[in-house]
Amino acid sequence: MKIAIPVDEQNLESSVCPSFGRAPYFLFYNTDTKESYYLDNSAVASQGGAGIRAAQVIADHGVKALLTPRCGENAEEVLRKSEVLIYKSIPGTVQQNIDAFIAEKLILLSDFHPGFHGHEK
Amino acid sequence: MKSKGVKIAILSGKGGTGKTLVSVNLASIAEKSVYIDCDVEEPNGHLFFKPEKVREEIISVKIPVINESLCNGCRKCVDFCKFNALAFIKNKPYVFEEVCHSCGGCMLLCPEKAIGEQEKPIGKVQKGVSGNVTVHTGIMNTGEASGIPIIKKLLNESLSGKELPVFIDCPPGSACIVMESIKDADYCILVAEPTVFGVHNLSMVYDLVRLFKKPHGVVLNKCLDGENPAETFCMENNIPILGRIPFDNELGTLNSDAKIAARESKRYKALFSSLLETVMKEVRHETTVNPQR
Amino acid sequence: MKQLLILSGKGGTGKTTIASAFIKLSVAKAYADCDVDAPNLHLIMAQNSEPERTDYFGMPKAEIDVDKCIECGLCKENCRFDAISDENGFKVDSFACEGCGVCEAVCPADAVSLKPAVAGELMLYADNNKVFSTAQLKMGSGTSGKLVTEVKKQMKTVASADTKLAIIDGSPGIGCPVIASLSGVNMVLIVAEPSISGISDMERIIKTAETFRTKIGVCINKHDTNSANTEKIEEFCKEKGLPFTGRIPFDPEAVKAINNGQTIVDVDCPSGSAVKEVFNSTMKLLFKESNGAET
Repeated sequence: MKIAIPVDEQNLESSVCPSFGRAPYFLFYNTDTKESYYLDNSAVASQGGAGIRAAQVIADHGVKALLTPRCGENAEEVLRKSEVLIYKSIPGTVQQNIDAFIAEKLILLSDFHPGFHGHEK
Repeated sequence: MKSKGVKIAILSGKGGTGKTLVSVNLASIAEKSVYIDCDVEEPNGHLFFKPEKVREEIISVKIPVINESLCNGCRKCVDFCKFNALAFIKNKPYVFEEVCHSCGGCMLLCPEKAIGEQEKPIGKVQKGVSGNVTVHTGIMNTGEASGIPIIKKLLNESLSGKELPVFIDCPPGSACIVMESIKDADYCILVAEPTVFGVHNLSMVYDLVRLFKKPHGVVLNKCLDGENPAETFCMENNIPILGRIPFDNELGTLNSDAKIAARESKRYKALFSSLLETVMKEVRHETTVNPQR
Repeated sequence: MKQLLILSGKGGTGKTTIASAFIKLSVAKAYADCDVDAPNLHLIMAQNSEPERTDYFGMPKAEIDVDKCIECGLCKENCRFDAISDENGFKVDSFACEGCGVCEAVCPADAVSLKPAVAGELMLYADNNKVFSTAQLKMGSGTSGKLVTEVKKQMKTVASADTKLAIIDGSPGIGCPVIASLSGVNMVLIVAEPSISGISDMERIIKTAETFRTKIGVCINKHDTNSANTEKIEEFCKEKGLPFTGRIPFDPEAVKAINNGQTIVDVDCPSGSAVKEVFNSTMKLLFKESNGAET
């Protein structure tokens, strides 16, 4: 299955980005084929609604599970309605998180923060 | 003293300098006047006036509504929205109300006319009376991002066809909500306090009123003995000083109990009468030299 | 890194005065001024060097190319923000423009385009000892939560890994910038003023902060200007179960110190002594785990 992770750098030793909506890149990883690719996060430049836009990108790429340390309410709504499961990432590298996910060691994220309202006017 | 419908905005840049003190008291001293509280995030004027016969109107903004039966899933609306207020979920657009800026773009662009609008309340305006003053208050609901639609409605309603002087109590800062509040003003009173913080922020609103080409003057509040950096700033920039309110425990106490000093104390009635007279003179373009202490 | 945010609702209650004292007392290695509309913290926390400056781009603004414009008026007709005037040809008021792009979309002559617009400036003071992040919103710009988010991000990114505490000076109000500053902080300290206005504003900011589920503490500044109201506030805190972290008296010495570019703990004065108590109570609350253990 396809999973996604917000990352700080474009390699598997990178740390998981503490922010989902404004992560610089997303990693898309196929747990069956072990193939992966990175995408620049277009939501970074957004004034507001970054979480919504980031979630849209994830949903558009046919992802079944997102691994992230935190996630906003709006992004959660988009992901949930698009049937993407959200797991709480663990401290460590991206590779460590992928391994933990495959070993079914990760738990679902249950705490979603209110919107940043990081927009003008 | 009689005065035609002159609109006076009171602003400061820094919070807590005395905008509400000055605007509430000036409005009270005038024979008959209108007071408008544009600080819709934290309105305070009504606490002093305790207006009666209050009528209220809910202010709403328009939020798009998707008619799913007409929608063909083209995603034009989602791709257009600059605020990311629309997401495409399971082949249908979905609206995030609190991020929407009500620009109407999605509705305009939909090729199937599948997008309509509904109202979402964001706050209210209240109109009441306190003696000689008609009190207009704008109140934004907590959690909303912007009070601009409320200020717009407030000013539209209260400024039409009046022959009375109008005192506009502005929000702190110099961002767009302040600009909106002073847009229609004939004159701006800048309230300054004698601290370096006060001066720093005074200079920002000073830039703002000059940008908008609004005639302006300064009221120095909380004046103590010793050097007053705000006064120095005015002297250096040739800004008319309309009056000085001394730092005074009696005034502080009255104010902290939400009492209108000009209505409670002879001394302050005299002080604010004199200030109003100076302001009105200045508004009529009479020259005022910086008065000696 | 634990983040403490100082808010008040009402302006002028003493956020910056208290924030600067806290920074001195804790020798904080990271601090930020999120009052991007009217920043003041830099006036007390004197810095040794010039900051690193970055342009902050807000929403793009529409521009009309008069050569291409056919003056059909469709842009003005469809603008919901009254941002287009037709007095001397069609022109966009960049202060009113919200960058929605409707005018660009409806223009039949391709005469309107959205262009990037500088809406402020980020400033970063960083050396071996500390990082101070601040910004200045350009006058008339949208009250931007995004710039506030950038200020906090700048501080977090540059702060050294062993930084235990960050102190954030907030802005007045309850709108967008305040909401952005609340996101992700561990505790909010509300500085209340014992006036009717102050109490009203305090209640609104507490309501706003409560939706973020962070720790909230309340202190009262200038408490002796109205003891009846001070009592009211303390009662309110008791009823709501909000920790009360202390009171600070009104102090003319404080004004003098601030005007001299010093914090109230740099001089010997009543407010300085009082703020030390408030600081200790606040820190205890901030570093306490929910089961009562200290971290």
